[in-house]
Amino acid sequence: MLRLDAISKTYPTGTQALAHLTLSVGAGEILAVVGGSGCGKSTLLRLIAGLDRPSGGRIEVDGETIAAPHPAVGIVFQEPRLLAWLTVAQNIGFGIAHLPRPEREARIQAALERIGLAGHGNRWPRELSGGQAQRVALARALVARPRVLLLDEPFSALDHFTRADLQQHLIALWEDTRPTLVLVTHDIDEALALADRVVVMQPHPGRIGAILTVNPEYPRAPGSPEIEALKRQILNVLGPARSHAALPAAAE
Amino acid sequence: MSAADGLIETPAPAARRSGAVRRGGGTLQGWQRALLGFALPVGAALAWEVAIRLGIAQGRLLPAPSTIISTLADLARNGDLALHIRATLARVAAGFALGVAAGTLLGALAGASGLTRALLDPTLQGLRAIPSIAWVPLFILWLGIFEASKVTLIAVGVAFPVYLGTLGAILSVDRKIIEVGRSFRLTRLQLSCRILLPAVLPHYIVALRSGLGLGWMFVVAAEFMGASEGLGYLLVDGQQLGKPAQIVAAIVVFAILGKLTDALLVAASAPLLRWEDTAQRAAQAEG
Repeated sequence: MLRLDAISKTYPTGTQALAHLTLSVGAGEILAVVGGSGCGKSTLLRLIAGLDRPSGGRIEVDGETIAAPHPAVGIVFQEPRLLAWLTVAQNIGFGIAHLPRPEREARIQAALERIGLAGHGNRWPRELSGGQAQRVALARALVARPRVLLLDEPFSALDHFTRADLQQHLIALWEDTRPTLVLVTHDIDEALALADRVVVMQPHPGRIGAILTVNPEYPRAPGSPEIEALKRQILNVLGPARSHAALPAAAE
Repeated sequence: MSAADGLIETPAPAARRSGAVRRGGGTLQGWQRALLGFALPVGAALAWEVAIRLGIAQGRLLPAPSTIISTLADLARNGDLALHIRATLARVAAGFALGVAAGTLLGALAGASGLTRALLDPTLQGLRAIPSIAWVPLFILWLGIFEASKVTLIAVGVAFPVYLGTLGAILSVDRKIIEVGRSFRLTRLQLSCRILLPAVLPHYIVALRSGLGLGWMFVVAAEFMGASEGLGYLLVDGQQLGKPAQIVAAIVVFAILGKLTDALLVAASAPLLRWEDTAQRAAQAEG
């Protein structure tokens, strides 16, 4: 259970990135956060990850306050950020170096198989395609068994087919341990395809414009009437912001 | 494996193909390329040899290659060559070791935080602006005319490029991969060992190589200061006694030793840099 209690973030430059944001995310829930550039969605993730401190308010995971990176919280960035001098397997095991060797090896092997890279553990990151590298990044975050996994536009740099494939990988990996997922994206279709709830953010300062629940009964196929209706709602909330900021996702 | 997997796999072989083309450099094989590199110097030497044999040139100021080789052979036979090489190598080794130690330490200190950088960097940049040879009189006053002043001069010459390279390498480490370390709660020491050190290594090796190059440069200057042995002494001796063959012979030995020690450094670091992109590695090997 992830709780954000009235958090705000103002940068030293005076920019107010987030204002008084309150939100609870249930255990095992998949929450998507959509919004245009500059609405504070990446800032939000960095705060939950403990990489930045909020200017006000509290962030709790299962009752523990987050003030620095926490073992229960993992993060996948927009870029794979693999370490070029480590093999694929070593990259996946990077965050679990404290575990005993057999346990570590077992988790790495299982993860390699899960992301379709079994037998590729000894390759270097430079030999991977963009999609493969991002799968490795996903595995690296998940082998540490976080209770909350944060994803910061993880598939935005990938082409359409690879993105669809990665979304499937994400869901398959998620089913293993069912962590809470917070997925920041500017792709509304992606949000609706994956999430239980969608938080729509608005800029200046970053705040929650609306929270929509995606009925689990809905067929998730894009183009179904229910999904289209939700998409229109999201676009309506984002609408007023369109004059302020560029909204590539909404324009799609 | 889903259908999309096949689509993802395609870039890797494509990248390998382009790599192979690049490495081939057209149609030249590795040994052909090496042979081509020898063509110019060997051709020029042969032409000069022929010109002197035919009496077109006298070879008084620039002796024939055969004369130079026989001079080298003489020096090698009576043991002088080994003596001079040993003396020069010892000076370079000591100066290089000291210079690398100082340059690395200062570079790491300056790279450790903005505060230490603000404290150290301006002074070191100021000192770097002084031509190192300008220190010679002072070093001789302080340390005498024997080994200590020579080694110190070489160390000063080596230290600055190593300092600059180390600092530059530390500053150029991607903030994004440091964040990965932070997100896994690495301590400062773990962050240094597991992320900073390996990330810095390729640049650092390049800094060591330029430091070594300067070490060879300064050993000559140091031996000009008055030495009774060493390759630099052979140069001065050849000039004073009018033996151009000896001068050229010493220069050739310098070239061979410089290239050899550099190759040694590259070979020693190669296993640590296997992960580097091949194109980069090829460019470095050529450069």
